[in-house]
Order: sequence, then structure tokens, then C-alpha cells
Amino acid sequence: MLRVRKPGLLTTVQDLGRPNAMSAGVPPGGAMDRFAHSAANLLAGNEEGAATLECTVSGPALVALQPCLVAITGADFDPLVNGRPAPMWTSVILGPDDQLSFAGRRSGARAYIAVAGGIAGDRWLGSFSTNLLAQRGGFHGRPLIAGDLIAVASRPARRAPGASQSAPAISRQLNRDLRPAYADHMLPAIAGPHITRLPAESRKALFGSAYTVGRDADRMGYRLEGHSLDASGDELLSFGLVAGALQVPRSGQPILLMADHQTAGGYPVVATLAGAAMPIAAQLLPGDELSFVEVSIEAALRMRAAQRAALDSLKAD
Amino acid sequence: MPAPRSTTKVRTHPLGDTALLAELGTRVDTALNTRAIALAAALKKRRDVRQAIAGYASVTVHFDPDQTTHAALTTAIRRLASKRPPMSEPGRLHRIPVVYDGPDMEAVAAVLGLPAAMIAEIHTRPIYRVFLVGFVPGWGYLGPLPEELELPRREVPRTKVPAGSVAIAARQTGIYPLATPGGWHLIGRTSVKLFLPDSDPPCLFRAGDRVKFFAAPA
Repeated sequence: MLRVRKPGLLTTVQDLGRPNAMSAGVPPGGAMDRFAHSAANLLAGNEEGAATLECTVSGPALVALQPCLVAITGADFDPLVNGRPAPMWTSVILGPDDQLSFAGRRSGARAYIAVAGGIAGDRWLGSFSTNLLAQRGGFHGRPLIAGDLIAVASRPARRAPGASQSAPAISRQLNRDLRPAYADHMLPAIAGPHITRLPAESRKALFGSAYTVGRDADRMGYRLEGHSLDASGDELLSFGLVAGALQVPRSGQPILLMADHQTAGGYPVVATLAGAAMPIAAQLLPGDELSFVEVSIEAALRMRAAQRAALDSLKAD
Repeated sequence: MPAPRSTTKVRTHPLGDTALLAELGTRVDTALNTRAIALAAALKKRRDVRQAIAGYASVTVHFDPDQTTHAALTTAIRRLASKRPPMSEPGRLHRIPVVYDGPDMEAVAAVLGLPAAMIAEIHTRPIYRVFLVGFVPGWGYLGPLPEELELPRREVPRTKVPAGSVAIAARQTGIYPLATPGGWHLIGRTSVKLFLPDSDPPCLFRAGDRVKFFAAPA
């Protein structure tokens, strides 16, 4: 069990979401950076779908009430254990009364904390993910606040490396070269259903010019600012949307849909991020620059496979 | 003699590397929507499909890239779509009271050149079909809206629309179940709860249901 001493700016319980609830209009939700979420779980000896803490912009201060194995991944908020630098992408053992805190954001937007056994939370429509709009799931449907007690869901599903009582505590790490290239904001994207609406000049701007993440950027999506895209044409009938879709409303300033995206809409979708680019998109904050690079489905699937292999490397004993 | 009805060619477009959009048509049409709902149901039974969400006249299909490809799934979708859809049961009927005093009523009346009372009267005439549930939890896309009320969406969506707002856009109408961003024109409000978070499914409307609005006093 962990006690929340400071909650951080926005710390919520997340897992891999509730895709089955999309037909009721409920956002799929789940961790914004699924790679970091899954890696944290695997480093802590959990299944990838166990609940973790998603910490936005600033990290919490947590006190371990019992010994536990944790892993911190994603954005670099300069993690500390009892005030001393703690490694990221590494399994770390906390003893009783040890404090995990964060000195401050160095890069990225969202850090993940996994605890061996998984974070316990409310299950809503098949997932522990916190849905802030519906105020359901995770920790009573809300972000953590000071004084909250976070329970562990179960005994670790897999024997955590270094966590067994007999073996010495040898921590496991995800090598730097296997982590997402978070600093590279050239995001691979696949042309979308309504790409043909764009005149040549708009298409060139979409795949080439720089966009800035606007102030309106949250778990639902990011409004982008940059070259205006002309996707005008007949009004579209609403259709099912996906995370990573780049919608163009009539203003011409695109919106990138993220984990808590609306499940259907009628604005043209001119491109969709490669799945492998979503972890990088998840680490962007207002003011950050990004651009889109057109790739084929095959190229996107190769990137996906590389990320999969990186995660699978954590499963090997 | 009427021409034999040809089977519509389904067009598929990638939505990233693990999803696609299968378009059956581009009209607000009950028959097309019935086919889309049936196609989504058939696709959900496939092992290589993770999720299939019917739109007005389309299906968004999330697939497992380890088990299928965009091209293979397109072939399978065309085969499934060519089958005659099953007879659909008439959906449940919901009667919804509306106070027609929305913040956009005056502007809508001005653009359409109709008095507000007439807009309310036209809006309450049809029995609408719930074409799909989506956008936000519990939202039902209802239609077809009578042609007299057809308007494009707002140029800039509102960042917050109050829950219970009754809205129109294009040939569609709907009710905002929660305070959310929205780009539709707000003509009224209702006290009926559309999002039922403690039920499963957590919504009043289901695709295929029918809705009749009636004017209620403020």
C-alpha cells in the first residue's frame, strides 16, 4: 500500500482502456503512452494490462507503507527515492516508509508508475481507467489527492525480477535504445479517409510544415496550431473515430485525437498517426512543435513490431 | 421497369495501421444504417476483429494486425456486405420533452427565415431513428432531420455545451448527455438523462431505437 503525500498536477489510474464501451459512446480511455505503461508493468512483473498511475506534468510524492517493487517510465520528472535520484525504466524496490517523489519535469508530459501486483481501483465497463468526464473508474473516478491510500490489486501475476525473497535484488531495465525516441517529434502518419479533400498545397503543408500543440490539449485530444488545412466539401455523416486520427474542423486547424477521444464525429480525418507514434504524441505539451511524416501501413506496422519486440524483451527471463 | 438494385460497392480507407473505415454510402438512410449495424455485428464475431463500430452508413473496424491485413479484411467486408441484412426489429420508442429556448434558437431562426415556434413544431414532427450512439457517452445521432431545418455545423465548435442541450446540424439532431465541447446548433433542452453511468450499456439510446420529441413548458 502507498500513501499519497502530494498528488502531482493530475495523477490518475489507467490501464489499457475499455474499447468495448465505444459503442455506447464511452471513450476507450487508458494510458496515453501505452508503451511506457506496458513497460512499467513488465518491469514490475505485472501483466501489461494491470493498472498504473499516469502522472501528468508533475509527479506525486508517495510513501510506501509496505515493501514493494515499482517501476517508473515515460516522461522524465526526475524521480527520487528518499531524495536520491532513482533510475527510470528500471525496477526499483521501495522499503517501508521509503518515499518516491519527483524533483521536477525535465522532458515529456506523462510519467507512469507501476507497482508489482498492479494498482487497485474501481472497474467500470471492463477497465480500471479513470474517466474524468463520467467520474468513473480508477480511484473513485477522480485524480489522486493528498492522503489517498493506494492499494495493490493482487500478488504479482508473474514473479518480478529481483522481487523474490530468496534471490538478491537485481533490478531489471529497459535499455535506452529500446525506449521510444521521445525527442523526435516527426510523427509517422498514414493518409486518412478524407485526404483527397485536401488541395495539393494543403497536403504538402500537412506532411511537411510544423504544427504547435495549442493550449487546448488534454487526454481527449490536442488542438494544433499551424498551417490551415482546407478540407472543405460536403458535410460528412458521423463515423467511428480512433485515437491518433487527425480531424480537420471548418476552422482548418487540425485536432489530434488522443486516448479519451470522442468515439464518433463528422469532421474529415486527413491522417491517422502510426500506432507506434502514439507514445511520442502522448508526451507532448502545449507549445511543443511536431510535424507529420507520411508513411505506408507496412512501414507503420514495422515500427509497431519493433515496439512490440522491445516490450517482449522484458518478458524473457 | 425499375433497374435491378445493384449491391453497393463498399469503400475502405485506412484509419492508422490497425483500423479501417468501411463506407457503405454517404446518405442518411435507414436501410444503409441497418446494413451498417448488421455488418458491424457480423465483423465483431471474427477473431481478427477487435472492435467494429457502426456509423450512419459505415463501420469503423479495429483489427489485430498479427491476424489480418487491411487488404484481406477489405475482401472479407465486401463479401459480408453483399449478404442480405437480417430483418431488423423496430427499435424501442422514447418520448422526450423539450423546452425550445436554446441559445442558438434566434440565430437559427434568422438563418432559416422561420419563426422559433415553427422550428420547434417542425423539430417535433418526425419519429427519429437513433442512427448511432457515439461521440460522447450516451449521445445518440438522431435523424433524418426535416430538410427545412438543415444547417451546416458551427464554424468554431463551442468548448462547453450544457448537458441536456437539444441540438441540430445537417440532417441530424441530438441531445448532449454531458457538458462537453460541441459544434451543433442548440435549439432547446431536456431533463431526460441519456447517460446512465451505473448501467451497462451506460446509455438510454441504442442504435436502431426511435425517438419522438414533444414541446414542454419552460
